[in-house]
Amino acid sequence: MLEKVLKGRPSFYIWLAVLGAIITLGSLVYLYQVFVGLRITDLSRDVSWGFYIAQFTYMVGVAASAVMLVLPAYFHHYTKFKKMIILGEFLAIGACVVCMLFIFVDLGQPQRVLNVILHPTPNSVMFWDMVVLSGYLCLNLLIGWVTLEAERHQVEPPKWIKTFIYISVFWAFSIHTVTAFLYAGIPGRHYWLTAVMAARFLASAFCSGPALLLLLVFVVRRVTGFDPGRDAIRTLTKIIAYAMGINIFLFCLELFTAFYSQIPGHMHPLTALFSGHDGHALWINGWMWTAAVLAILSFLLMAFPGTRDNESLLPYTLGILVIATWIDKSLGMLWAGFTPNTFETMTPYAPSIAEILIGLGVYGVGALIVSVLWKIALDVKREAGTFSKPA
Amino acid sequence: MKNRRQFLKVAGLSTLGLAGGLALPGMARAAGLKDSYRSGQEALKGGHWGMVIDTRAFDSPEKFEAVISACHKYHNVPAINSKREVKWIWKDGYHQTFTDQKDNYPAKDVLERKYLMLCNHCVNPACVRVCPTQATFRRSDGIVVMDYHRCIGCRFCMAACPYGARSFNFEDPRNFLEDRELNVSFPTRMRGVVEKCTFCSELLAVGKAPLCVEASEGAIVFGDLDDPASDVRKVLAENFTIRRKPTLGTEPSVYYII
Amino acid sequence: MFNAKYIWPGIVLFVVLFTAPFWLNANTKTYVRPEIALPEKGAECIEPRAFMAAEHMQLLDTWRDMALREEKRVYVSSSGKEWAISLQNTCMTCHSNKVDFCDKCHDSNSVDPYCWDCHVEPRGNK
Repeated sequence: MLEKVLKGRPSFYIWLAVLGAIITLGSLVYLYQVFVGLRITDLSRDVSWGFYIAQFTYMVGVAASAVMLVLPAYFHHYTKFKKMIILGEFLAIGACVVCMLFIFVDLGQPQRVLNVILHPTPNSVMFWDMVVLSGYLCLNLLIGWVTLEAERHQVEPPKWIKTFIYISVFWAFSIHTVTAFLYAGIPGRHYWLTAVMAARFLASAFCSGPALLLLLVFVVRRVTGFDPGRDAIRTLTKIIAYAMGINIFLFCLELFTAFYSQIPGHMHPLTALFSGHDGHALWINGWMWTAAVLAILSFLLMAFPGTRDNESLLPYTLGILVIATWIDKSLGMLWAGFTPNTFETMTPYAPSIAEILIGLGVYGVGALIVSVLWKIALDVKREAGTFSKPA
Repeated sequence: MKNRRQFLKVAGLSTLGLAGGLALPGMARAAGLKDSYRSGQEALKGGHWGMVIDTRAFDSPEKFEAVISACHKYHNVPAINSKREVKWIWKDGYHQTFTDQKDNYPAKDVLERKYLMLCNHCVNPACVRVCPTQATFRRSDGIVVMDYHRCIGCRFCMAACPYGARSFNFEDPRNFLEDRELNVSFPTRMRGVVEKCTFCSELLAVGKAPLCVEASEGAIVFGDLDDPASDVRKVLAENFTIRRKPTLGTEPSVYYII
Repeated sequence: MFNAKYIWPGIVLFVVLFTAPFWLNANTKTYVRPEIALPEKGAECIEPRAFMAAEHMQLLDTWRDMALREEKRVYVSSSGKEWAISLQNTCMTCHSNKVDFCDKCHDSNSVDPYCWDCHVEPRGNK
């Protein structure tokens, strides 16, 4: 099926070339980082993780979100999703690769990364994160390829693949739970030490991931004419609405525990996020208020059928939802874990230009993978006649 | 017993011969068998090394300087004057050191005093729990050490340590050691690895006390917490001491007399 | 063959590139064992010369784990003599000429161990 990549419109190759340029730029900056070290980031002794690990965390959610299509389709036989599933799985592949690359570019000694396998350490959550992420990548590659191959030959997928599909549903929950455990099991980082962290991560993933998927599908619909079906869009939008509602609810639980208990350690990171430290406003305050307003706005727009089913409004609703969850779960979450630091003081952090360029390069790799895989999937669908007519 | 030993030797010989293809007669045991390695006769042994710092004795900047520079000079710790600094032992204020002590009206001298901080060599270290490669681990004598050869620089341990005891080499530390006479008997570190205090495990191995203890002129007592007759236990029995962030369950091995 | 005009040049190109190291080096000089500077003191090494030349990397690798991870910092050599396990304080006390001892051989064999990124070279070297 790979040969599908070789036949396409010029605009497709221009797009790939643009991505190639972004990746090249990111790679060059990364090469510089390899030679001089992580001093080209704004990380420090007290804020030792930042933009890279934040993006990793967010993208694990995007990877896990494919399950929001797979679960209804295979556990509840909601066949209207079947047309879109392959896109979700291929998006998950891209997201998995992005996650791994963000971990990789964050390492101080990247050439030693295989030490994680040479000296396997089951008590380290990082070890398990490597296991579940690479496992999920393999699962999606296998399932995606086999089901698409079947679709190409216009036959039912082989029975054995269903076992892997069922495994992948539970696996998706595991990747984001384990990622939350990276943070939620650490003593002394008040903002992270919360039992609802994994639940928050999953809720946030199950709204932001499908939202991103739908946005990308809308782009593809405009470019290629692929139609996922109106009912599929409406059902997925409902799922996103519920997940976003739960996501906001869980965040409010954090607010209650912190501010009703009045325990300083619980309140401090939250007040720092929204109103600064020691009377000084911080750049993150504006970000967090933006996230809060956009989160509520997007939820309200999705809560009522009138605005939810308005297809011309929907892309904007999904867009602000993605922005809101991205701020909350990537940099907001990371920054607040390190603020205040272990000495109850504050060390400033804002991503450096180098970090952002390397990050763009990593996202470029993800976009390239998704573009190529989606092109293959859509061409197969076109040939199989499952392209534009409602499923 | 002797038979087993001989068998092991032969087995060691043949596996080495197979693996290397170069095993030279009589020498194969060199790298292979465990009985080629032992700890030194003069090495200090302990069940659980610990430390008591008499903060009352640290009443001048010179006293801190003596302790800190003794450690940092010997261990080739670079002096980096930024938020990416590297430090093994350092000083800070009362509320920064003991963040759990939220008292409104601390005694004047307690508030004005500075306090030494270093790795707590916890009994239940969070850094060790999270390390994905066992590059940081707890030895049988309680010291939490770093294997810089194995560290991948993921900095999970820095996020996990509640005491801010760990530093990362954001660039080659030798960039900051150029104008300094290096201690040739101890390595530096390289770019991209995490480092911290080792309780001078390399000196304990040759029968010497940690450098900060030596330089403190009695203000820091070091010894085996498992041994009720040790100096460190005597000092603990006679004085009221506190530890940093005891509620987190990490069980620090560094105690402070206030 | 289907698409032979693409496949054959591809195969040829692959074979040429794959074997490039062999024929690129075919006419170059033969390898000469470099003259390395041995310690002047004439002192014995921890193990016989042939063993050290062949096995010093494995030995150092084991030394590192033993000293750092197993708390065993004394090495008993095949002759029964005891040595402190330390690259800097044992090996390089005698082998104080890193440039003409370590580097010469490493360079001619195109290996680049990063021991000295951390371990400090003897002072006499600069």
